[in-house]
Amino acid sequence: MESVIERIQKGHFSHFHGGIHPPEQKFLTSTKPIASAQIPEQLIIPVRQHIGQAGDIIVAVGDKVLKGQALSASNSPMQLPVHAPTSGIISAIENAVIPHPSGLSELCIIITPDHEDTWRKRTICPDHHLLSKDQILEKIANSGIAGMGGAGFPTQVKVSTLAKINYLIINAAECEPYITADDLLIQEHSPTVLDGIKILDHLLAPKNILIGIEDNKAKAIETLQKATADIAHIHVCVIPTKYPSGGEKQLIKILTNQEVPSGVLPSSLGIVMQNVATCFAIADAVINDTPLIKRVVTVSGQALDKPQNIWSLIGTPVGFLTQHCDYKNRQHKHLIMGGPMMGFSLSNDQIPVIKSTNCILAPSEAEIESPYSTGTKEVECIRCGQCADVCPAQLLPQELQWSAKAKDQQQLTKLNLFDCIECGACAYVCPSQIPLVHYYRVAKAEIRQQKLLDIKAEKAKVRFEARKERLEREKIARAEKHKKAAEARKARMNSGTSEAKTEKSAVAAALARVKAKKAQASTDDHKINSEPESTNEQASDKKDQVANAIARAKAKKLAKQAQLKEGQATENLTTDNDKEASISAKLDNVTVSDKKAKVAAAIAKAKAKKLQQAENSNDSLSTDTQAKSDEDKKAKVAAAVAKAKAKAKAKAAERTQDDKPDVLVANDNVASAIDVDASSAKIDIASTQSAAELKKARIAATIEKAKAKAKAKSSLTEETIKTEAKSSLAEETIKTEATAITEAPIPGAAELKKAKVAAAVAKAKAKKLAAQAQKVAEPENSEQGDDDNVIASATDSKKARIAAAVAKAKAKKLAADTNKSPTSE
Amino acid sequence: MSAIIAILVLGVIAALFGALLGYASVQFKVEGDPLAEQLDALLPQTQCGQCGYPGCKPYAEAVANGEAINKCAPGGEDTIKKIADLMGVEVQPLDENHETDNTPKVAFIIEEDCIGCTKCIQACPVDAILGTTKQMHTIIADECTGCDLCVAPCPVDCIEMIPLATTTQNWQWDLSTIPVVQID
Amino acid sequence: MTDYLLLLVGTVLVNNFVLVNFLGLCPFMGVSSRTETAIGMSFATTFVMTLASLLSYVVNTYILAPLGLEYLTTMTFILVIAVVVQFTEMVVHKTSANLYRLLGIFLPLITTNCAVLGVAILNRDKQHNFFESVIYGFGAAVGFSLVLIMFAAMREKLANADVPSPFKGSAIAMITAGLMSLAFMGFTGLVKF
Repeated sequence: MESVIERIQKGHFSHFHGGIHPPEQKFLTSTKPIASAQIPEQLIIPVRQHIGQAGDIIVAVGDKVLKGQALSASNSPMQLPVHAPTSGIISAIENAVIPHPSGLSELCIIITPDHEDTWRKRTICPDHHLLSKDQILEKIANSGIAGMGGAGFPTQVKVSTLAKINYLIINAAECEPYITADDLLIQEHSPTVLDGIKILDHLLAPKNILIGIEDNKAKAIETLQKATADIAHIHVCVIPTKYPSGGEKQLIKILTNQEVPSGVLPSSLGIVMQNVATCFAIADAVINDTPLIKRVVTVSGQALDKPQNIWSLIGTPVGFLTQHCDYKNRQHKHLIMGGPMMGFSLSNDQIPVIKSTNCILAPSEAEIESPYSTGTKEVECIRCGQCADVCPAQLLPQELQWSAKAKDQQQLTKLNLFDCIECGACAYVCPSQIPLVHYYRVAKAEIRQQKLLDIKAEKAKVRFEARKERLEREKIARAEKHKKAAEARKARMNSGTSEAKTEKSAVAAALARVKAKKAQASTDDHKINSEPESTNEQASDKKDQVANAIARAKAKKLAKQAQLKEGQATENLTTDNDKEASISAKLDNVTVSDKKAKVAAAIAKAKAKKLQQAENSNDSLSTDTQAKSDEDKKAKVAAAVAKAKAKAKAKAAERTQDDKPDVLVANDNVASAIDVDASSAKIDIASTQSAAELKKARIAATIEKAKAKAKAKSSLTEETIKTEAKSSLAEETIKTEATAITEAPIPGAAELKKAKVAAAVAKAKAKKLAAQAQKVAEPENSEQGDDDNVIASATDSKKARIAAAVAKAKAKKLAADTNKSPTSE
Repeated sequence: MSAIIAILVLGVIAALFGALLGYASVQFKVEGDPLAEQLDALLPQTQCGQCGYPGCKPYAEAVANGEAINKCAPGGEDTIKKIADLMGVEVQPLDENHETDNTPKVAFIIEEDCIGCTKCIQACPVDAILGTTKQMHTIIADECTGCDLCVAPCPVDCIEMIPLATTTQNWQWDLSTIPVVQID
Repeated sequence: MTDYLLLLVGTVLVNNFVLVNFLGLCPFMGVSSRTETAIGMSFATTFVMTLASLLSYVVNTYILAPLGLEYLTTMTFILVIAVVVQFTEMVVHKTSANLYRLLGIFLPLITTNCAVLGVAILNRDKQHNFFESVIYGFGAAVGFSLVLIMFAAMREKLANADVPSPFKGSAIAMITAGLMSLAFMGFTGLVKF
């Protein structure tokens, strides 16, 4: 049995299964030299041009960059940096359409060249054979070299394999029609290519180096043979022309007669393959300190007057290249990136050339039909089996097609769909013109997506189970805690000490109070006629929500208008007034009779108006009338919205819990109203600039608050005495706070913050009032004094907090607008 | 006489075989109901509750006991087909009560409006919301299943559902969606 | 020895129980939509058929015949078959719950598979001895399995194919079965006995 090398030396090669012989069409460009690089008007450089993750961008818009300067940095082996192909200014870093069949956009760095082509500092390394392997790998990595045959795998990962390498195969096959980039690169730059091969030799120390080249490149073969004549272990292997001989697994089969199994990398067989263009780039990087910033691109097709190979800068828009080749003007432009078998159509001609672009095709209509011109010509499969005859991966395209159309993922995986290299040979021979590769791509994407979804579903299931366990654990822990507390309390109370006795008597007194209140509440219940639940309630609930939503939307619109119109302060004020009135009117119409709630609402409205007037009077004193008027509008809007919300929710709650005494509902409305006041007061505070204004506004707010409380008091029963006491306490604290602040004038931002704090305190107090009121009316609450749940079930306290929260948020927004600097909360 | 013998013979044979079967039934006893687990493996695990059951496992168990198979809205037609295959029943169209918009979404909290009430945290069935009382809440996008159970409890309406963006990683080769520019 | 071999070949190919004698068509049509199910079903039926024909022979020869109760054979055979099927069901349920679920109702329906009863009765009619009965039962089962698996493979392809709508579903399956039957008739005259 001959060894592989003996056979190679004799020129006997193996075959791979299948393959086709499409017309080569290389004559269009193979006889012309490579044109030199031109600098386009704009360079669009995608940050990710390889298989892996994008590097971290290290430049900013407006930076001046030199040729070869790194634009992104890599922190992991699968991240590759990109470099500036020429000197210029970074005009933008934004999403732009990338060369991908989907036409999607990804992050790109856009450079406007200054046409000076100034290089950055470069250090030539004349004797690369003295460098260590790590140094070479570092140079390759820093130069951003990816596989330039089309796949774009990071080169330093591929050549840093630790496996024992028997064969280093240099892929110069270039089997796809039209493309002559590698051919001419070898013809014109074979010394550099050989340098690159020698560097790889140094890096991988393979036993043999095989250069696989098809027999339709006579000149290149001659050049290579001359260049490698004196190097013993490099063999130039001339293989018969067949598509797709240039495929990795196919070339390995031809040269070494070894089949790479499914899912296995060639390095585990001791084989590494690199494209000639990658070798050139490696040599440039290691010896000349030149990163990957340009490559040879074949621009071909019969729609061009001057098809040729061009040294293209990475990031050159495709249109620039076709223009250089005199693209004939036509109605439907059809541009393909890649060859006719594996390329994809481009949606516009500003898509840039990237590291793995080896060809731009501009075919005439007769050559390759435009995908946009006519519909599909696909007809039924006639089961001829020609596709299976030509498949280089020895798959069954017909079966794959049936399963792909039936979306039978199980069968597709059984038929090794993921071993398909998408070469297009099956689609080329199909007599029914079925776009087979398209079906496979769709199926592959679906299967990948399904796998991801399955993983996600598994994760979600695990988290769900974990959450269930956590809730169980917490419930048990809570129960334990309560039991312990109860026992401790019982022990304390039964211990017989004096404290225990007082505790006991206190508990007894509280129970007695509760009983009395209950009796009172029940009598009240009889007085108040709660509405019967009917289906109308749901409808009016909905109406409430609708009205609420309308009010909210209107408020939003008003706020927007307020921001836009700056010179029409007074006009807008009046319209806002009208709007506010209409909002409240609407709500009044919608809500059903409840006198007390109406009273509270009216109080709130009146207060809002008063505040407005107070603000108007303060207008003249403020320094910035324009801003103030805007804020006024916003304040009014916010107040209206808050009020509307509070009201609507109060109504809703009242209807849903009709066993609650009216008193409490009204109480809550008062609480809401108080909150509205608080928020309005806050807004006041936010909108004024001088300390004097602050003081005035504060005092006005607190006065109104007190007034509101007094009014509310008159219409409420004795249960609210307690809440009153609390609210008066709140008043006191607010007053003291106000005085404290006004006595010590502090610059703007801190004041604002204090104002916010005060408002928050007021809000919290209001919340407590509401919560307490509710608690008093519901003594059967088993959780003794343990109402620390912010997420309390009662909707009433929630409503009050809702209103306050909404108002608070709006106030924050206003504050931010006023100071024109972000305030921290 | 022969009739009695016949009956006796048959009876004896039947008794013998019956005993054999009885012994075998004890020997080959099978525990558990793996059907529910297999059904659960087909469901999308969003735990959204749109089927009317509190989670995917309860619905799987219900389907194993004869519940209609067309109630899973996030699963869509694909899941119904898989369940039909597994159960050996007819494929049914998705229940009309469910909305047909099945685009995968992820929740997003508008941070300016969040008040730190933790209501959404309690609603999330997979604990995909990070936060605590009075602190900012945020959605862990990787864990969010898009069930939108958190949207309703939020008192300030600050959660919105954003459809997942199509990237080059999850593009499904739908050629009709490529934006084409006509160049002159 | 050659007689047994000829009997086997004859039963599997020439007088195939499904395609020539047209017995056991119910599971043939019902279980053949997927190849995995078909293979599982064929194992189960082989087990049942062989064991049932064996037991039927034993019961007939050593219990019924001496007592002159030949008129009870039909009933006894059904009893035997039912017991064997029930036993098989338990074994399948234990060893492969997946297969058990996939086969579904067709597993207990092996009881009513006329091929099984047919084998038992034909054994009695042809007065086979013990070995012949066993081989006849086994051969019938192999023939059934062969045809079932082939048919299942074809039906899987038919499921993905572009069948005109009047023919979709059982119609094209029946036509395929008929064509298979025609093909198997080509074996006529292969074995002369």
